[in-house]
Parts: sequence; C-alpha cells; structure tokens
Amino acid sequence: MCLGIPGQIVAITDAGRLMAMADVSGVRREVNVACVAEGPLEDLLGRWALIHVGFAMSLIDEEEAAKTLAALHDLGEAQEALAQMAEGDAALEGRA
Amino acid sequence: MKFASEFRDPKAAKALLAEIAQLADRIGATREKPVAIMEICGGHTHSIFRYGLDKLVHEGVEFVHGPGCPVCVLPRARVDECIEIAEKPGVIFTTFGDAMRVPGSKRSLLQAKAAGADIRMVYSPLDALELARRNPEREVVFFGLGFETTTPSTALAIQQAAREGLANFSVFCNHITVPEPIRALLEDPDMRLDGFIGPGHVSMVIGIHPYDFIARDYHKPIVVAGFEPTDLLQSVMMVLRQIAEGRAEVENQYARVVPEHGNAVSLAAIADVYEKRPSFEWRGLGEIDASGLRIRPAYRAFDAEEKFGVGYAGVRTELADPEGCACGAVMTGRMKPVQCPQFGRGCTPEMPLGALMVSSEGACAAYWQYGGARAAAE
Ligand code: SF4
Repeated sequence: MCLGIPGQIVAITDAGRLMAMADVSGVRREVNVACVAEGPLEDLLGRWALIHVGFAMSLIDEEEAAKTLAALHDLGEAQEALAQMAEGDAALEGRA
Repeated sequence: MKFASEFRDPKAAKALLAEIAQLADRIGATREKPVAIMEICGGHTHSIFRYGLDKLVHEGVEFVHGPGCPVCVLPRARVDECIEIAEKPGVIFTTFGDAMRVPGSKRSLLQAKAAGADIRMVYSPLDALELARRNPEREVVFFGLGFETTTPSTALAIQQAAREGLANFSVFCNHITVPEPIRALLEDPDMRLDGFIGPGHVSMVIGIHPYDFIARDYHKPIVVAGFEPTDLLQSVMMVLRQIAEGRAEVENQYARVVPEHGNAVSLAAIADVYEKRPSFEWRGLGEIDASGLRIRPAYRAFDAEEKFGVGYAGVRTELADPEGCACGAVMTGRMKPVQCPQFGRGCTPEMPLGALMVSSEGACAAYWQYGGARAAAE
C-alpha cells in the first residue's frame, strides 16, 4: 500500500479536475495529476510518474520507471496494485 | 548461493556488501555487539526479507524492523469502529484491501462483509468519491489510513468533494505521521538504535527535513532510501560510514525520487484539510503525542467521526492486545517475530492474531513468507 507504481500518462481526461489516463503495466487507469502538474497539463503526456492510490505523486524518468517496476514485480507489489485497481473497478459497479 | 540471479546488478551488490563489511569491522560491530539499524518503512522490511539482505550483510549489522506498516499499528478499537460505521443503514464503507483482514476485537472487515455489511475494497479514495456521485441516496465512507504517502490522496479527495458539494461522502481519518513514533522510540530508554533507514515514498511527500531532529537532538544518522536491494545496501553503507566518521546527518540516497523539500501540492493539501491530534493510539506502542491527524473544522461535513460519533469524537475504548501476542515487542524491535509464542501457532497469515501478520509489509508476515523458502534454500 505504501509503494507507488510507475505509470505513463497517455491522455488528459478532465483538465478541470486534473485527471489523466495512465498506462500502468498495460492497464489503463484514470489518475489525478494535481501533485505533478507544474506547467500546462499537455506537458505531462508521455511522461512517467509514480502512481500511488490513484494519484501521480512524482515524475520519474523512463529508466527509473522500468527498474522500479521490475523491483515491484519481484516483491509481488505490482501484481497486488493491479489487482487492487481491478477491485476498485468492481466496487464501482457494485460487484464487490 | 542464488545471489546472482536474485540481484539485477550483482556486481554492485557485492561491492556494497564488501564495503559494509569493511565499515562494520572498522566500527567494531560483531554478532554479539551489532550495530542496530532500524528500517522504518514496511516496504523496506518486505524488501529486506525478499532479498535476504539481513543474511547477506556482515553479521555485525542488525536490521530492526520499525513501526512503518500502517495496518500493523492500527488499534483493534479502530477496526471495531469501522465495522460499527459499515453496519449503519445506508452506508457503503470503502477501504484499501490491506485493511480487510486486520483483526478487530471480534471480527475483521472481511468477516463483517461476509455477514452482510456493504464493505467495498477500492484502489483509491477517488473510487469512493465516484461511488458517492453514483449513489446519492447512500452514505459513502472512506477509511483514510496510512502515513504521509497516502495522506495527500484523502486530502485532495476531500477538497474535491467540498468543491462538488458532495454531501454523502466522508472520510474516517486514521492518518498517522512518521517522525513522531521515531521520536518516541528514541526517547525509550530500553531502545538501542544506532541509525535509521528513512522511508522513501513518505519522504517524496514530506522531504528530508522532518528528520533533522534525529541527527540534531539524538545524534543518530538517518539515510532516506529507495526500496530496491542495492538502494537498501547503499543506505546501510551510508549509515555505517557516518558512524565510522563520527557524523550524524540526514542523507538522501533516493534523491532521484525524493526532493529535499517534498511535494508542495501534497503538503499544501494536507495542511489545508488536516490538523494534528493532541495524541493518537498506536497498536503495540500506545498513545504517541501529535502522531495522528484529524480533519479540520472547516471540512467537518466530510468527517466520519463527527457524522457517526465514533472514534476520538465518541467514547474511546482501550483494548488490550490478545493474550500471548508480542506485537508491541516485535514492532519496537525488542523481539524477533519467531520469538513470539503465537508465531505460526495461533497466528498465521491465513488466521492472523496480530496485525503484523496481515500485510506483506508486516515483519511477522515477511518472516513467515520468506523464512520457509529460505530454510529450504539453505
Ligand atoms: S506472530 Fe502474530 S501475535 Fe505474534 S507478534 Fe507477530 S503478529 Fe503479533
């Protein structure tokens, strides 16, 4: 729960609410980018961020993202984060 | 040894281990008189066990596992209060999955869910916000749990709810802070700690200066670390080097993610929504001054404690830990998990008695998960 997972920001979905779509290990997840939005939101497109419970918390470079993801896989934390995202989706539909 | 396959950069790891050994010898650390280094963050504890770092380092270096696993320090009474809220008519209670199996005095959230309460695991407080939007006739409560890494997420969610005027959303705030329990441990005359590995992702939010008192007032080194194995080894090396050179400073090994002054947006959101409680109860550690946060009066409409009259807003019940459980002693590093009489007997990850057995970040669960594999490999 305390470790962030790297994701790549691929689209701005709601500029007013500072929401963007992130690609996290092939899974798409809407995230809040308030903590990393310094300039125009478009500047975030293609950037990598550490995503923690639905919030992009820190911008990182691509190499750091790859290393972090590998370490998270070793720890089983990446799998857990993805499972939690799926659980979150299910909860919204009232399936969990 | 399957060392090479375990590390992505075995050469760097070997070099660091050699340097650690040299420094440990120079300090005069031995198996009988080890240097005790506490890793505060549960993510670090998990990583140390996953890679067996405690077995790889010089025998004069002892890892003491700190209180940095948020579900592990959650008092049973708080779990009971979650269930009390969840069972109120019309409530959808939302939580991170980690909290589901933490034992309360009678039941866990998972058991309450099985008994019919509408408890849902979500990935983010934003999921809870969305549930509130979609279910205007229901009351959606989010269990705000965790250290400074997760605190900004609930603060930003509450700000968003306020902007939208979402009257059916509230947070049961149990956020805690890292520096205060460290101070409590340093003040404890029974504790014998020589240095600290500081949490990485917490520090990404708060920066490195909240730890200044550790070096300044207690003359102990602290190195903020990443959670990859070479990050941890390098940080151990940096702590030992400070000791060998007679220095006590706050150093940042994880500067690629941790800015010196933290994240301004996160800190502003936390300061806007939360204020310090006079004290907060930690499982195993008792009440610690100023170690917890509560929602400011300006955001009272989103405070589940106020809405439901529970927690610090209601009647407080002190609950002792279950019989024979040594969670407190393990959490403060006085005892190893295997020394707890319940370890593997009354307490396993499937049927946890104490919270340290619940999360992969808890020391007991980490011992259990990797201890067996390790014994088989040796
Ligand atoms: S084995 Fe269980 S009861 Fe004993 S200290 Fe660990 S979590 Fe607590």
